[in-house]
Amino acid sequence: MSSNALGVPRSRHRDHPLWFLIPALAVLVVFFFVPTLFNFVYAFTDWSSFKSAINFAGTDNFTSLFSNGTLLNSLKVTLVYAVLVALFQNLFGLGLALLLERDTAVNRAVRVAFFIPVVMSALAVGYIFQALLKPDGALNGILGWLTGTEVAIPWLGSTTWTIVVVAIVHAWKWMGLSMLIYLAGLKTINEDVLEAARLDGASRWTMFRAIRFPLLAPAVTFNVATALLGSMNGFDIVQATTEGGPGGTTELLNIFIFRTFGQGLFAQATTMSLVLFLMVAILAFPVIRYLRKREDVL
Amino acid sequence: MTALSARRAPRRRLGQPIAAILVAAAVLGVPFWLVVATAGKDQGEALDPNLSAPSQWHLWENFATVFTDGRMLSAFFGSLLVMVPSVVGVLVLGSMAAWILGRRGGRLTAAIYALGISGIVLPPAVVTIVLLLRQLGLAGTALGMIGVYMGMYLSTVIFFVTGFVRTIPHELEEAARVDGAGPVRVFIRIILPLLRPVLATATILICLYIWNDVFYALFVIGGRIDTLPLNLYQVASAGLYLQNWHLIFAYIILMSLPLLITFMVAQRRIISGITSGAVK
Repeated sequence: MSSNALGVPRSRHRDHPLWFLIPALAVLVVFFFVPTLFNFVYAFTDWSSFKSAINFAGTDNFTSLFSNGTLLNSLKVTLVYAVLVALFQNLFGLGLALLLERDTAVNRAVRVAFFIPVVMSALAVGYIFQALLKPDGALNGILGWLTGTEVAIPWLGSTTWTIVVVAIVHAWKWMGLSMLIYLAGLKTINEDVLEAARLDGASRWTMFRAIRFPLLAPAVTFNVATALLGSMNGFDIVQATTEGGPGGTTELLNIFIFRTFGQGLFAQATTMSLVLFLMVAILAFPVIRYLRKREDVL
Repeated sequence: MTALSARRAPRRRLGQPIAAILVAAAVLGVPFWLVVATAGKDQGEALDPNLSAPSQWHLWENFATVFTDGRMLSAFFGSLLVMVPSVVGVLVLGSMAAWILGRRGGRLTAAIYALGISGIVLPPAVVTIVLLLRQLGLAGTALGMIGVYMGMYLSTVIFFVTGFVRTIPHELEEAARVDGAGPVRVFIRIILPLLRPVLATATILICLYIWNDVFYALFVIGGRIDTLPLNLYQVASAGLYLQNWHLIFAYIILMSLPLLITFMVAQRRIISGITSGAVK
């Protein structure tokens, strides 16, 4: 403490006592870090509702989940879902932001309307779309009316495409948030830069591709990161539309965890919870770092 | 150039609002109308939810049915019971920690800060939380649920508030300190009031998450305490089996009203609060 002579750091430490951290840290340790540590312990046990004792079981849970294919399937589904949600949510959000960019009364009202799904419960959104997407539901009704033929597409019954449909529903719920972030990003772009480009004869598309989109990098970072994290932890919308079906093709890790927990197979659920934790930990930080680096280049 | 834009402007001025309204009608209007129309039908008509208007509106009857059968009143207060203490708790504990983390330097502070905000990214260990709550005797209780939510969202508060604290000039604290105020007094009198804008943003976000959460609630308090999303899950799980779409959608309308009204009243502040945090 060489700078004690100046009196600044010492008094500053007394003025900002460490005990102010204790309540928050206590809550974090008890309700966040200890359960997370438990994950690393109980994933290697035979904890279940069928017997009272909990015994060490080595890597049995991992090998059984791995060999029956559920582990890789849930991992794959979760990753594909996260990427699709990030893609659609950003496409929709950016499209809306560009459509509603000018500050007119109509645009302001429409922006507010697009924020309503963000405020609604994701579970409710899922049920709405379950009804809308039934084979004899409203969407097929509209398509039939437009094409003049009977349309009965099983939107939620395809082992290939349903995951895309559900990802679009997820993006529908959150696109209003992405839109707002993009609108705020668009507003930060200097008018003079755009005016200069316009005088140079740049087309609207060139201006978007060469100037506006690159300058939106911070907004893209935020939107992609939140969309990826939100969908990797997804549950409500998938549970309300498909419950993981058809044939497990939309079974996110959280859907699996909820289902096996309900069956009393606690150790297996814990194992998957650990897998989710590791996946997010391994993926999130590099993704965020990559997106941040993209901002720096500009 | 000017002639060109002058020629193009009027067409855009007319085309853009029409496009905006059409997109909203197709993308939002269809699902929302489906909800309202189906919630207004009787069971027979609602069997296959479609976009036709109900031949006779039964909206109020359906509201009354789900209000009692879905135990909405108890669910509403259950939601409040877990949300309010969680939000107040994370705001107070989070800002206390963030004030120190924003003001002190050094490696220890940096390490605690990194741990403190790790929860923004890392998913909570939802299964072992249940085990821990059982060991603590908090399983199925409101207190347990509040603890879980606080553990999940403290990171968000610490992240937002620490960034904000660093923008507050030291002089404001010094002035109070010269008058003999201790840290508690400085925090309550000087810092907390200054944090109002950032705490408002955090409150909105966390309320949104907790009010609509069903995943963690299913694990911790499912079947013990009613909350609005939990009861929707019950109504819908039974309702889909019985094909009661009119009741599911009536429930959805009623449960969405509190947040929708709050949002409509405070929309400008909510929107600016959320966007200010995201794009620096």
